[in-house]
Amino acid sequence: MDATVLARIQFATNISFHILFPAITIGLAWILLFFRLRFTFTGNRAWEYAYFFWVKVFALTFALGVVSGITMSFQFGTNWPGFMEKAGNVAGPLLGYEVLSAFFLEASFLGIMLFGKHRVSNRIHLVSTFLVAFGTTLSAFWILALNSWMQTPDGTHMEAGRVVVDNWWAVIFNPSFPYRFLHMLTASFLTAAFLIAGVSAWRARRGVDGPGTWQVMRTGVFLAAILAPAQIFIGDLHGLNTLAHQPAKVAAMEAVWDTERGVPFTLFAWPDEATRSNRMAVEIPYAASLILKHDPQGEVRGLNEFRGQHPPVAMVFWSFRVMLAMGGLMLLVAWWGAWSLRGQRRAGPSLLLALSAMTFAGWVAVLAGWYVTEIGRQPWIVSGLLRVEDVVADHASATVAGTLLGYGLLYGFLLVSYIGALRHMATRPAASLALGPARLVPQAGKPA
Amino acid sequence: MEFWLPIIYMAAMGLALLIYVILDGYDLGVGMLIPLADEREKDVMIASIGPFWDANETWIVLGVGILLIAFPTAHGIVLSHLYLPVTFMLMGLILRGVAFDLRVKAGDHRRRLWNNAFFAGSLIASVSQGWMLGAYITGLSTTVAGLLFPLLIALTLPALYLLLGSGWLIMKTEGDLQARSLDWARAAVLPMGVGLLLVSVATPLVSPAIAGKWFSLPNFLYLAPIPLITAGSYLAILRVLARDLRPGRAEWHLFGLTVLICVTASLGLAYSLFPDVIIGRMTIWEASASVNALLFTLVGVAMTLPMIIGYTVIVYRIFHGKAGELRYD
Repeated sequence: MDATVLARIQFATNISFHILFPAITIGLAWILLFFRLRFTFTGNRAWEYAYFFWVKVFALTFALGVVSGITMSFQFGTNWPGFMEKAGNVAGPLLGYEVLSAFFLEASFLGIMLFGKHRVSNRIHLVSTFLVAFGTTLSAFWILALNSWMQTPDGTHMEAGRVVVDNWWAVIFNPSFPYRFLHMLTASFLTAAFLIAGVSAWRARRGVDGPGTWQVMRTGVFLAAILAPAQIFIGDLHGLNTLAHQPAKVAAMEAVWDTERGVPFTLFAWPDEATRSNRMAVEIPYAASLILKHDPQGEVRGLNEFRGQHPPVAMVFWSFRVMLAMGGLMLLVAWWGAWSLRGQRRAGPSLLLALSAMTFAGWVAVLAGWYVTEIGRQPWIVSGLLRVEDVVADHASATVAGTLLGYGLLYGFLLVSYIGALRHMATRPAASLALGPARLVPQAGKPA
Repeated sequence: MEFWLPIIYMAAMGLALLIYVILDGYDLGVGMLIPLADEREKDVMIASIGPFWDANETWIVLGVGILLIAFPTAHGIVLSHLYLPVTFMLMGLILRGVAFDLRVKAGDHRRRLWNNAFFAGSLIASVSQGWMLGAYITGLSTTVAGLLFPLLIALTLPALYLLLGSGWLIMKTEGDLQARSLDWARAAVLPMGVGLLLVSVATPLVSPAIAGKWFSLPNFLYLAPIPLITAGSYLAILRVLARDLRPGRAEWHLFGLTVLICVTASLGLAYSLFPDVIIGRMTIWEASASVNALLFTLVGVAMTLPMIIGYTVIVYRIFHGKAGELRYD
């Protein structure tokens, strides 16, 4: 196989594996802070149990995020040396700021958060928990600034084949950044919300629920009930922004071949690039124009305007539909759950089943969404400036294929182990919690 | 600016990598010692590195990050040359970072599996780093000597980490485990000395320019403290290891002396390299990024580095003293 394709598959494998864990920890860190604050202010031990249980999941998830993230930092160089050579003036400083401002912060205070409860005051421990949450979000800020710049570059010009920065503010706050940042943060909170609600529902179904289980389930369900519709709204704004700056991506998302007015929304189809048409299309008339232009007669630019410069259509089209379907499903289950759990009511067996089935719903939606935006950027690595094929390393295909196989096996094994450990912790919380009395109760004389 | 910025960044990169070797060196070393300990001791050993390992590993990300920020051209060449050892190192680091948590969270029936993974990951990462260091010193050469030398360093760098690891355990543990740590250090000290000697002898051989920098007067006299302090520290380590630990005796000597060797060895290496970022191929000025990008990042470095050092010190102070039982709450 072509070494460029292999390098892309390898990078995609790594980054897909990596994003699973930050997608949980960014949201979960703030949820943990919420549990800690609820316990500090109410004294209700249920919140303490909730914190104890989920901080262990957080530590494991965080570790997976860190080690797969280290892999990413090296693979920029091993797989895409040309990218660093040509766009290093932008990529270097943004990644540098991420390491300096976020990585050390979260890694250092995570130590205090996980192991320091008996060595520091409640207040310092709360501050550490806050700094870990803040660090994860800051990390997302920098890496999404870089990713967004690659999608919608601004504030730079090319000089002798290299990117040179004119205005750092414009680089960081490039046109797609605010939307992508908000979309990803909300996605992370939704992922964490469905995870905590799903695991709690699973425990309730199994009859191994503890004191904090129902509080956690309610937190997850109500959070999701608010954020799921908000995410659909933010996603729409993000889509309009993409339409303005990356019309070829949107054309692929909707499989629109010719520039037309009154474009239908294609529910189902097999986009065929050979014939440049959709097979077996099921369409809703005028809906795409309505969604994209907020006008049933709005004009949408088709893929044929971008021949040779547009992404592979079927993958982007289908990833987008998977994301939309997951989003809709999450909204339905979250609202159903919020209605059923209102006013301290308990969930019935069918809701518990639905919630536990949706435990990893966030992962599916996050991956599908990232496939839309990243595959949708092809054939560019930096839209309009640098092509992927021009920056790839010249490793032998066999070398890349061999290491890809190694990573694939390792990641498969780790994913099974992660979910297995989650299951083990959920089944036997008492054993893994080893709870003692009054661990978090503020010491006498020290203000909370 | 165009002259000084690359020098500042080279110094920062060297510092980050030196701190990495010392800090992650001791926790990789502890990881490689795990199979030699019994179950209870394993828990104490892991508890002794628990709050630190994550931040320790961040220093290599910073080191590679600076290579990328300041010397993007060299970054691409070095990392695509070291593709295989980097891949192995990453897989090792992944395995051990995950095993650290999973050995207690995946259930008792999986404990042995993850203990082994923790050991294997630590060993693979250490050996790969030796391979990378060796290849880097030969100027990424692909001759037979250029391939044999990294192999030798790959076998000896882990010995340095073992020495750091056992030195760490002597400070952080008590009783039997502490006494056994001293025995482990005794086994590691000779291969570590061989590796040190190899690196020292090899660097002047790689390029006549480096030999000229060391073996001409008066340079030789000014530089004499570097090999002298290194050799002196090594002899002092041998003396420390010759005696048994007794209550009341200072416990930081072995770790402190090993750190001192790391410092002098890296100073010597830095002197040999300068001003090349890849020996004999590319100077730091040829590989440098634009002044604008370097200045932008320098602001961030100036603001965050003191904070990083500040809270690293705080974390080490909070967790000072002997490591207790392992608890994850």
